[in-house]
Amino acid sequence: MKKLFIIFFLNVLLINKSIALIEVDITRGNLDPLPIAISPLHVDIKSENFGEIKIKELGEEISKIIEDNFRSTGLFNPLKKEAFVQKPDIAHLKPRFEDWRLIKAQALVTGKLLVKDGKLKVEFRLWDLAAAKEMTALAFTTTPSNWRRVAHIISDKIYERLTGEEGYFDTRIIYVAESGPKNQRVKKLAIMDQDGANTKYLTLGNELVLTPRFNPTNQMVTYMSYFRNMPRVYLLDIETGTQEVVGNFPGMTFAPRFSPDGKKIVMSFAKDGNSDIYTMDLDSRVVEKITDHSSIDTSPSFSPDGKFIAFNSDRSGLQQIYVMRSDGSGVKRITFGNGIYGTPVWSPRGDLIAFTKMRKGKFYIGVMRIDGTGERLLTENYYQEAPSWSPNGRVLVFYRETKAGTKGEGFSAKLWSIDITGYNERRLKTETDASDPSWSSLLSK
Amino acid sequence: MIFNKNLKNILLVIFATLILSACSTAKKSGNVDGDVYTGKETVEYLASGVPDRIFFATNKSSLTTAARETLRKQATYLRKNKNLSVTIEGHADERGTREYNLALGERRANAARDYLMTYGISGKRISVISYGKEKPVNPASTPLAWSQNRRSVTVKVN
Repeated sequence: MKKLFIIFFLNVLLINKSIALIEVDITRGNLDPLPIAISPLHVDIKSENFGEIKIKELGEEISKIIEDNFRSTGLFNPLKKEAFVQKPDIAHLKPRFEDWRLIKAQALVTGKLLVKDGKLKVEFRLWDLAAAKEMTALAFTTTPSNWRRVAHIISDKIYERLTGEEGYFDTRIIYVAESGPKNQRVKKLAIMDQDGANTKYLTLGNELVLTPRFNPTNQMVTYMSYFRNMPRVYLLDIETGTQEVVGNFPGMTFAPRFSPDGKKIVMSFAKDGNSDIYTMDLDSRVVEKITDHSSIDTSPSFSPDGKFIAFNSDRSGLQQIYVMRSDGSGVKRITFGNGIYGTPVWSPRGDLIAFTKMRKGKFYIGVMRIDGTGERLLTENYYQEAPSWSPNGRVLVFYRETKAGTKGEGFSAKLWSIDITGYNERRLKTETDASDPSWSSLLSK
Repeated sequence: MIFNKNLKNILLVIFATLILSACSTAKKSGNVDGDVYTGKETVEYLASGVPDRIFFATNKSSLTTAARETLRKQATYLRKNKNLSVTIEGHADERGTREYNLALGERRANAARDYLMTYGISGKRISVISYGKEKPVNPASTPLAWSQNRRSVTVKVN
């Protein structure tokens, strides 16, 4: 399994560092998406068949994935292929820039691939059409079954070159797949590529599972399970499928997350009805009690430097967000707005905290600075919660539920994403109903 | 005396009016007081006259007068059936974040457990589990359904 995900970067052909004329400002939202032409990759005629993969269509398929990735950002406008003026192989050698400019493209992606001796060789180039030059180029070799990941890695490289920000396409999302009527929901852990492909189910649905979260290397997941009717935090190794209970707590443990170094799990433990925050070191198994308060303390989330923990407490009466040092000292309330606040999640950049806000019967996903100032509500709905950050800190994924009728009909739960600019809200494709998403970090980093 | 009698009548009238107006300002459904469910629609019974569940106000785990009365009946029943153990399941409505609701369900179940213990039932006979908002008894998205779902349910385990 692991081997499958290892990608060998063979050689960087050429990285042109000259000043580009095009760049995409991602802080502004999608007011003026950049027109980009993504030519199908040319398939070398010497290519051999490999398993079930349709080699002839592979170049087209890869370009389609890149196109979908770019469209999903809201920052780019991938142009229709019917208008393309050059054959893929010729364009890849050197595009006729003036022809591509005619169809109003500002950037062009070209590439070619070869499948031979059980290996997939891919190279691509990104062209600045206004400046009439190559902006970046890359070639790499991997196993052919990795072709979807190839498309995501190319997307990340282009996104990086055009926005100056790290990409987030070669990533996965773990979530809870839901089925069945609302009062008899069956829930399974599921994992999929960021674009909804390659869905795999990690549990069978025999017991209730909730709130899965990746560790920093994306190989482990911590989640909550009602296995044998004992609600506890579990640890799952995605590659081996091994599951174990985290710690030996004499009651419910829940709301788990990894520390940024992956060595600890922070979670809530409910003792005699009172929930406090604890950490457990995964190597030494040492358990530490971090909060000690007669109120509900839950939904802890580490800052990316590991020095602070944001959490949710009702010590003031209703749910509010607090920040403390990771040893539990210096507890400070940061939300004072109208409404109640939950599920704080620290941005991977460290500058913002995403949250769920409830006010006057509506639910909001928002972001604020880590001292609670600068609150911005990104989306309002009947019910939504549990934001999780894209690894570059630009997009949030969360889940949304619809209002049910008197018999529970019309109920659904789906994953949605929105840029932190408040633009580009879209539903993520999932095979089933879905909730509790957690976004991985970049897989090929 | 006549004056007194008149005063008494007037006071009675005022009193009755107050009661009536109190009724009319209470939330629309006859089975919800404030936002605590008071009806019997979803209730099951541990034994004749011993309801299995109590209901809570939004975000609260404090026991209402009706909840205490139900729990005293449960305590009496448990005292009579000394070999019986129970699990108290704590639940929340769907209008709150998942993790907070797990904690809230736990707090509600423990509030019920603590009350049973003050009536002499050993804690060893009462286990507790929270389902948060995961197991609604009424799947509708209405204030009535939410009030029925904010509950703790005493379930026999043997």
